[in-house]
Amino acid sequence: LGGAGLRAAFADVARLPFANGERELVAYPGKRPLLRLTARPPQLETPFSVFDEGVITPNDAFFVRYHLAGVPTEIDPDTYAIEIGGLVNTPVRVGLAELKSAYEPVEITAVNQCSGNSRGLFTPRVGGGQAGNGMMGCAVWKGVPLRALLEKAGVGEGAAQVVFDGLDGPVIDKTPDFRKALGIDHALDGEVMVAYQMNGEDIPWLNGYPVKLVVPGYYGTYWVKHLSTITVVEKPFEDFWMKPAYRVPANACACVEPGTKPAATVPIGRFSIRSFITSVEDGATVPAGTLALRGIAFDGGYGVTEVDVSADGGRSWQSAALGEDLGRYAFREWTTSLAVAKGERTLMVRAVNRIGQSQPTEPLWNPSGYMRDVVETTRITVN
Amino acid sequence: MKHVFRTALAALLLAAPLASPAAPVTYALPDESATFRPGPGVETAESNCGACHSADYIEYQPPGMGADFWSAEVTKMIKVYGAPISEEDAKAIAAYLAATY
Ligand code: HEC
Repeated sequence: LGGAGLRAAFADVARLPFANGERELVAYPGKRPLLRLTARPPQLETPFSVFDEGVITPNDAFFVRYHLAGVPTEIDPDTYAIEIGGLVNTPVRVGLAELKSAYEPVEITAVNQCSGNSRGLFTPRVGGGQAGNGMMGCAVWKGVPLRALLEKAGVGEGAAQVVFDGLDGPVIDKTPDFRKALGIDHALDGEVMVAYQMNGEDIPWLNGYPVKLVVPGYYGTYWVKHLSTITVVEKPFEDFWMKPAYRVPANACACVEPGTKPAATVPIGRFSIRSFITSVEDGATVPAGTLALRGIAFDGGYGVTEVDVSADGGRSWQSAALGEDLGRYAFREWTTSLAVAKGERTLMVRAVNRIGQSQPTEPLWNPSGYMRDVVETTRITVN
Repeated sequence: MKHVFRTALAALLLAAPLASPAAPVTYALPDESATFRPGPGVETAESNCGACHSADYIEYQPPGMGADFWSAEVTKMIKVYGAPISEEDAKAIAAYLAATY
């Protein structure tokens, strides 16, 4: 056996609950061992147990998702700059030091979640990155409101969207570069942030060092890493990664009959509402009596107002206590205790937000495997 | 003299990470380990499907997705991502993937 074979043979492996769900746990520089979905470019999933450690996801455990293998491997913070141009009065170039010193910093605690988080759980299965529930995380982001940078350049008359590009790119010219766009009103809302810190430290390399776009409440596809260019445009931007990629059915549930195609699509947008039990894993055995439960819930920014838990497969529900409110974009901790009698039990959790949105009891389906938000089920044995 | 020099140098070295005006930071990506599964056509897949991403992009797709899925994937690589693959190789790769994954 060679070294590589030995390593492979003894590598820690995690098993996600779907066919072909074995994942090697690999420690990348700056990261603890994470579930490796792909190596080039890296896609790393957070082990679900991390979400039980606290509502802030540590930097070294935060998930990683690149699309293109042209990942930067050398960055000079002293010469790093963001170019703001396009339909603006004065194109500006803001260096990293200037970004940190010349603008009033803001902070926001917000969840970032991959559009394809939980894709591996879709039935019927769909192609793409086969993630469990760990392509999400909640961090405290510090940076400058995008609005401040756009105002510095002066948005021109007739601006429709703002396009974002980062240092990562394709390995051959014919592959579309990864660029994303937001509507001008969204870009100017004062919440979208050009962040340079995550949880009080530099943003980890694989999460977009030294500068990342933070789009609170919106799927991770918009959170452009290694942000280098901001371009104001007068027409909707429809490069590959905006269209046809990252689209969802243009209806209220963003869903279609499993196996069918939507008639019309729109760019993916805000998170739907989700909740998870973090303190008990599926398949666990617990003693009969009172079971203390804990978990997290989050939504697209309206704010979680209620979390209910069931120990009988959804026949009866009791409400859980909500933990500290870290803001409407953050994970919200919840806790409760349930009486559990001997036997096989099915635990469920569902959340409701300020505008009354909750979670579907049956999983919704779409061809790209986006936005899974079903009421989650945890099966346990009580003895 | 010599001593002074060495002290100055040590001070300089200690200060370097903080004070250096142009110090690029680097990141070393770990090696990939996934390989293509054996089967007729594996060499064609190896020589055409590894340029832009590692083999785990293929390895981790759901099992048994079938011929339509795999030929659509190969077509997408060519049409959307610009993979330079001949029609003949594309057919051979799609057949290998449908039979092997
Ligand atoms: C010219 C570049 C290029 C080549 C060559 C290439 N791919 Fe890809 N492939 C991509 C890109 C870009 C993606 C999207 C990556 C992402 O979003 O993470 C991708 C993704 C995939 C995926 C994941 C599912 C999906 O559709 O996103 C599979 C499977 C895949 N490729 C298979 C293949 C096979 C099989 C071949 C050889 C026939 C191949 N690739 C050759 C660029 C390429």
